Amino acid sequence: MSAADLLRRSAAELADALASGETTSVELTRASLDRIADVDGAVHAFLHVDAEGALAQAAASDARRAAGAPASALDGVPIAVKDVLATEGLPTTCGSRILEGWVPPYDATVVARLRAAGLPILGKTNMDEFAMGSSTEHSAYGPTHNPWDLDRIPGGSGGGSAAAVASFEAPLALGTDTGGSIRQPGAVTGTVGVKPTYGGVSRYGLVAMANSLDQVGPVTRTVLDSALLHEVIGGHDPLDSTSIDQPLPDLVAAARLGASGDMSGVRIGVIRELGGEGYQAGVQQRFDEAVRLLVAAGAEVVEVSCPSFVHALAAYYLIMPSEASSNLARFDAMRYGLRVIPEGVENPSAEEVMRATRDAGFGDEVKRRIILGTYALSSGYYDAYYGQAQKVRTLISRDFEAAFAQADVLVSPTAPTTAFRIGEKLDDPVAMYLNDIATIPANLAGVPGLSLPAGLAPEDGLPVGFQVLAPALADERLYRVGAALESLLEKEWGGPLLDRAPALEGARR
Amino acid sequence: MSTQTADTLLSFEEALERFDPAMGLEVHVELNTVTKMFCGCSTEFGAEPNTQTCPTCLGLPGSLPVVNGKAVESAIRIGLALNCEIAEWCRFARKNYFYPDMPKNFQTSQYDEPIAFDGWTEVTLLDGEGAGETFRVEIERAHMEEDTGKSLHVGTSGRIHGADYSLVDYNRAGIPLIEIVTRPITGAREKAPAVARAYVAHLRDLLLGLGVSDVRMEQGSLRCDVNLSLAPRVSAGSTTDVPLGTRTETKNVNSLRSVERAARYEISRQAAILVEGGSVLQETRHWHEDTGITTSGREKSDAEDYRYFPEPDLVPVAPSRAWVEELRATLPEPPREHRARLQALWGFADLEMRDVVAAGAIPVIEATVAAGTTPQAARKWWLSDLARRANEQGVDLSDLPITPEQVARVQALVDEGALNDKLARQVIDGVVAGEGDPDAVVAARGLAIVSDEGALGDAVDRAIEANPDVAAKIRDGKVAAAGALIGVVMKDMRGQADAGRVRELIIEKLS
Repeated sequence: MSAADLLRRSAAELADALASGETTSVELTRASLDRIADVDGAVHAFLHVDAEGALAQAAASDARRAAGAPASALDGVPIAVKDVLATEGLPTTCGSRILEGWVPPYDATVVARLRAAGLPILGKTNMDEFAMGSSTEHSAYGPTHNPWDLDRIPGGSGGGSAAAVASFEAPLALGTDTGGSIRQPGAVTGTVGVKPTYGGVSRYGLVAMANSLDQVGPVTRTVLDSALLHEVIGGHDPLDSTSIDQPLPDLVAAARLGASGDMSGVRIGVIRELGGEGYQAGVQQRFDEAVRLLVAAGAEVVEVSCPSFVHALAAYYLIMPSEASSNLARFDAMRYGLRVIPEGVENPSAEEVMRATRDAGFGDEVKRRIILGTYALSSGYYDAYYGQAQKVRTLISRDFEAAFAQADVLVSPTAPTTAFRIGEKLDDPVAMYLNDIATIPANLAGVPGLSLPAGLAPEDGLPVGFQVLAPALADERLYRVGAALESLLEKEWGGPLLDRAPALEGARR
Repeated sequence: MSTQTADTLLSFEEALERFDPAMGLEVHVELNTVTKMFCGCSTEFGAEPNTQTCPTCLGLPGSLPVVNGKAVESAIRIGLALNCEIAEWCRFARKNYFYPDMPKNFQTSQYDEPIAFDGWTEVTLLDGEGAGETFRVEIERAHMEEDTGKSLHVGTSGRIHGADYSLVDYNRAGIPLIEIVTRPITGAREKAPAVARAYVAHLRDLLLGLGVSDVRMEQGSLRCDVNLSLAPRVSAGSTTDVPLGTRTETKNVNSLRSVERAARYEISRQAAILVEGGSVLQETRHWHEDTGITTSGREKSDAEDYRYFPEPDLVPVAPSRAWVEELRATLPEPPREHRARLQALWGFADLEMRDVVAAGAIPVIEATVAAGTTPQAARKWWLSDLARRANEQGVDLSDLPITPEQVARVQALVDEGALNDKLARQVIDGVVAGEGDPDAVVAARGLAIVSDEGALGDAVDRAIEANPDVAAKIRDGKVAAAGALIGVVMKDMRGQADAGRVRELIIEKLS
């Protein structure tokens, strides 16, 4: 089997090939590393590639297979990890100068679970600094480029993970989603991304942006692959107090059930507030077509209204920066990471070193959010900002409750537009923030969401994302509906959407 | 310590003639849980710096806290012992400020939802004027939080200013703390400093009885901040409420004696400012044990904005009522009932018991009695020699370098006849001086009573020979005169003889 053929297979197919002895983990891992060497100069999905470590893990995986004792179904399938997750012995920068060179002494729980399940870790993927952004342009180490058009953004903050999967550098990746950082990159790169129920996947070792919103999730090319990876990383973790102490639903079974394409008896709610005005015509068109496909497959469609969603973005931009301003206080040059000694200061004090380090180590977007959050939490403003935002959050949860009384899942376009050009929205933070308008409500309410490709927008030929939302703890519904739509669409297209992405071999920037 | 200068003071008496003090006491108690508040690290005191740390208590990126259930249990028991309401639902909150000894640059604490609130306790004044008088102290709240690391400023000043460099030990970071805050204590007038001291002593006994803390002030496991303000004195019978004056917060006052002294000092210092028409600066002040004064620390502590918000990494603490009642059932006797019961059990007179309480000697006497000593003997040792030493050193009895078990052993040696009182005192000297256990001191110093009858007989013979007049009186039946001869023999034997036996020998030989 050729390396090119291996690279284009899904993780589920690779797992089968490993199980049947058709390939080895070392062969797969080497193919991924070669692909990274070929195209990552143009894509820049990775901040750190650990070829040696990945190959050693692959060899260990092959030894387990040979001994007849694979650690999991995905044992031997390589994976890329977003650089916001702590990896023992591997640099973890969060896309920030302030953590340049920091090597954590411990693994995030999800990383430990990947290791336990035998997935070789290829490296760490690029991201907006501390996950703050929707384009990966806020990485201190340079932007990631969208494999569909290298002049465009791959979404953010997890643009690196999405681009790595979309460019066939890795079959699987981990992302994190605070306001859409898994789903929106999935939408604009034609890949699948899932934000699990809040508390469904451990946050231990995830460098927090906004603790009450952050969630780790799968970044893949197929819905089934996301389910497989979700089952590896999900489930209770005693190291995370917000982790839910219940077994995960059977996600893989739900994905396999959905793949039949039968949607009879499933009620789908189209969210009135997430569509129409402000949504690119081609995005809306592909979304509407997808809904019609679901109806044709037997789904019952209702329109639902979530009136509080119009306040979601405002509430999010108070809660997220508030939590972030506090989380980022620890980066003070005292214990780890960057330390900048201020120039022209005789015997600088600890305070002066902190100031100089934070000034040099944080980018503009991070500083903007620290300032916003510090202000929102200040005495005298707390009730008007943070307090009000929490009330909006409650209203949004109620909207979801009411909507889920009418429908099993809710659907919307994942992002209002296709990938914009690099640099296009850098000077207009609010325009950038608006790209997360459809993904943010799920984080505020803690419900799970999935994005899958719905086709290419006619006007620019770029991928459009379709979002499925389910009630908390009912993640299996995402996989059932997602897999059904995926199979219906691929029948229309005659194959995966990514088959239509440009080949990147020899691409140079 | 070069720039500390004493402020102008008004005499305490004059200050009280013109002003009424209001006090608020904030006591931080380190719990004696095996592990820290939010991680599994050991809380053992005195380990090598930075050996009891992990990603969580170092605040490494990505680490998360998990609440120590035992600490919550201790917090609830403390709340119950202080007659507090126990919250049905409460959260932790982040207190945000930058300091190098704080790993996350926020302290995980509680803010507007403390685990325990609206309590009260009664303290009894111990000595001086008003002894025996009872004051009710209202408890505003008791909340859970984590301790910070410990900074060591290396340089001649020992303070952050002028230090050559600073070291931080994070072993202490994350140790569970309970902060107990009183409502303003008013109306104590000249007794305010004594009330402050009695309150802290009372808390210490109560916490010791609960078994939730080592409450060793010198190790910092119980620390007191004294908030104090003065208001113009209200004439007797006046019903108008006079608002509280501007307060100062004197930090980390680390002995009972210092609590009283610091309160007295602040009353005199603030009064001097106010009579001159000045205004008291709202600030944090530092207490100096050596010079007995407070000096200005950070200014405007209230102007600092800690930007509290609920800790999103922790779920709310919601103790069930059934659990709270279970914990209530585990509470020991309240100190007052405990004292009454012990007094009856030990057979102490009221006056004797008052002295015992005043010296804070109940726990040590209890432990000494538990080790086999009679209550009277235990009282004698702790209230005489040892109380004097503790007083001289300005420490509590329990902080002396001698344990109740060691005192019990000394008394056992006396009871066996191996030591007399004078020798026993020397043994105690030795133990306190760090020479080891009582038996080791006896051996090293050669303090055992000489029970060699031959040597004793010779000494008695020598005494009779040298004091023929006294001997004649005894022969004539004036047995009382034997005392003089006993003294001579004891001196001859350098104290290492049993005076009772000496007396017997003298009378035997002269009858």
